[in-house]
Amino acid sequence: MTHAPLVQVEGLVKRFPGERALFGLGRARRTVHAVDGVSFAIAAGQTLGLVGESGCGKSTVGRAILRLIEPDAGRITLGGADVVALRGRELRALRRLMQIVFQDPYGSLNPRMTVQQTLAEPLAIHRLATAADAKRRVTALLEEVGLDPAFGAAYPHELSGGQRQRVGIARALSVEPQFLVLDEPVSALDVSVQAQVLNLLADLQRKRRLTYLFIAHDLAVVKHIADDVAVMYLGKIVERAPATALYAGPRHPYTTSLLSAVPVPDPKAQRQRIVLEGEVPSPAAPPAGCPFNPRCPHPKKNDRCRTEPPALREVVPGRFAACHFAEQPM
Amino acid sequence: MTEPLLRVRDLKTYFVTEQGSGTARAVDGVSFDVYPGETLGVVGESGCGKTVTSLSILRLIPEPPGHIRPGSFIEFEGRNLLTLAPKELRAVRGNRIAMIFQEPMTSLNPVFTVGRQIAEAAIVHQRLSRKAARARAIEMLTLVGIPDPGERVDHYPHQMSGGMRQRVMIAMALICHPQLLIADEPTTALDVTIQAQILELLDRLQRELGMAVMLITHDLGVVAGSADRVVVMYAGQVVEQAPTTELFARPLHPYTEGLLASVPRLDTRVSQVRGRLHSIPGQVPAATAWPAGCRFHPRCPYAWDRCAMEEPPLLDSAGGEAGTHTVRCWLLTEPQRRERHA
Repeated sequence: MTHAPLVQVEGLVKRFPGERALFGLGRARRTVHAVDGVSFAIAAGQTLGLVGESGCGKSTVGRAILRLIEPDAGRITLGGADVVALRGRELRALRRLMQIVFQDPYGSLNPRMTVQQTLAEPLAIHRLATAADAKRRVTALLEEVGLDPAFGAAYPHELSGGQRQRVGIARALSVEPQFLVLDEPVSALDVSVQAQVLNLLADLQRKRRLTYLFIAHDLAVVKHIADDVAVMYLGKIVERAPATALYAGPRHPYTTSLLSAVPVPDPKAQRQRIVLEGEVPSPAAPPAGCPFNPRCPHPKKNDRCRTEPPALREVVPGRFAACHFAEQPM
Repeated sequence: MTEPLLRVRDLKTYFVTEQGSGTARAVDGVSFDVYPGETLGVVGESGCGKTVTSLSILRLIPEPPGHIRPGSFIEFEGRNLLTLAPKELRAVRGNRIAMIFQEPMTSLNPVFTVGRQIAEAAIVHQRLSRKAARARAIEMLTLVGIPDPGERVDHYPHQMSGGMRQRVMIAMALICHPQLLIADEPTTALDVTIQAQILELLDRLQRELGMAVMLITHDLGVVAGSADRVVVMYAGQVVEQAPTTELFARPLHPYTEGLLASVPRLDTRVSQVRGRLHSIPGQVPAATAWPAGCRFHPRCPYAWDRCAMEEPPLLDSAGGEAGTHTVRCWLLTEPQRRERHA
């Protein structure tokens, strides 16, 4: 079944100016290409998992799509509307349709507001409900995310991590969006609670026909929720494929290494753990050629990898990889 | 069987809470052994008492508000750590027993070079001269795989990445060749490729130095790959302990079972995993008000009336050598209830 894409991102670029030395003296350092030409599409009702390690640019992509930070280049559309071109009232109207859930539900909830106030605020801002109506809608929202409506009177510090994250999800849902950016939504939670929240997100998606961009570092979590997966390294997507295909046979050596590094809860698992050497290079000074080449364990790695950056290309229909040897994966 | 290196018996560490909401019984009657050269995994979720247990071993619990209850007993190399004089205790800490923490940035002093911090333990415990200690620090940096150790020794913590800082922490902990290393969530703050590097490093150093490791983690995957034996904690108690392969093959406590089933896994096919994850209903109770009876009973799918009234002791599972697999659950006395539930 094919779905029309709800979200489309083409050639997204976000640069940050490099840090200067103390007191802004001296020459500015090189610009950091946090996001360097990222493209993808998410069909309505589907989930794209965006995976990578710290500093790869995955959160920046999520925030740039919502215009929480301004992209430097690229095209972003939501249901055909041009997200980058809109200003003022029109942008605000579009924002109702796209919301975000953050990793740390404590840092993202106002400690001086009750849950009721937190959830009613977006309704007032977008003029979606009268004060009397808001109360009723907040009750319904709390029930929908599996919280007792009595929690409306609580402050964030009175809630556990899992309950706070449910409030964060309820707040995002309050304005009835079509698209949610979920930025590491379960990373701060304990395993048993993490499973509850993942199940909740899956239920909500089915019921409300939501579209998700699920940003995470944990490939096992993404496997549970994503239809398609994109793997980022140093600001670029290095592999993108349907989840089934990507987990069954990754085409990029970075994906292969990442998958092999995830600890599996089975002491008998006979796995070959690829331990990558070194660390992710600074995005202010990415290596020449393929950005992954200094750490790449691919046996066929050669001079071409050190000089010519591989383009993200369709290796087999629907499967993209940025590796000169994507046809002969590790 | 060899004598344990560390013997913890009926450890109770309580905290007096601020608003008079009572005493938090963070660790409430914990017993386990660590044998020379082995890796003991201690697993549990936030608030189960695993970190307080490890801090109690080194008597790092701030008093007040915390205190270790009389009757608790922690024996290391034949001596009760809980009754050692401060001077004798200092000879153990950082020397015979060392510890590494989750957040290497907050455990390193930002105003001293890493070399100076690594060397400190060798100067204090082994009375090395500054020059000799610096040479040892460079050796240790080499051992933990830091490139250009001669140069890195003069760097400050902020000049290093998270993975490098964790290597520095390990170098600092191991400079006196401790018999026991307590590693509290040593890879939790790190990216998965760096985590793999650090776990491999710890494995190698343990083999080379022959020390015992107490690996405290919430990650069952990390335990499966590294530990010889596992202790599972819930609500301030040990609820199950077993050799690693046995625990994963035959989890007997409903909490262990639920925890294993809740972990999103990579080693299953996408078609199998799409759909609902198993989850444990409810949440961990507060340490000031553990439930009566079995502390897990409000969340347990098998619980019956006895579970709400009577607290189960650690019972021996029928399989294997006596005492190797123990479980705090009444199901062991009535196994037919488990099958009936299924």
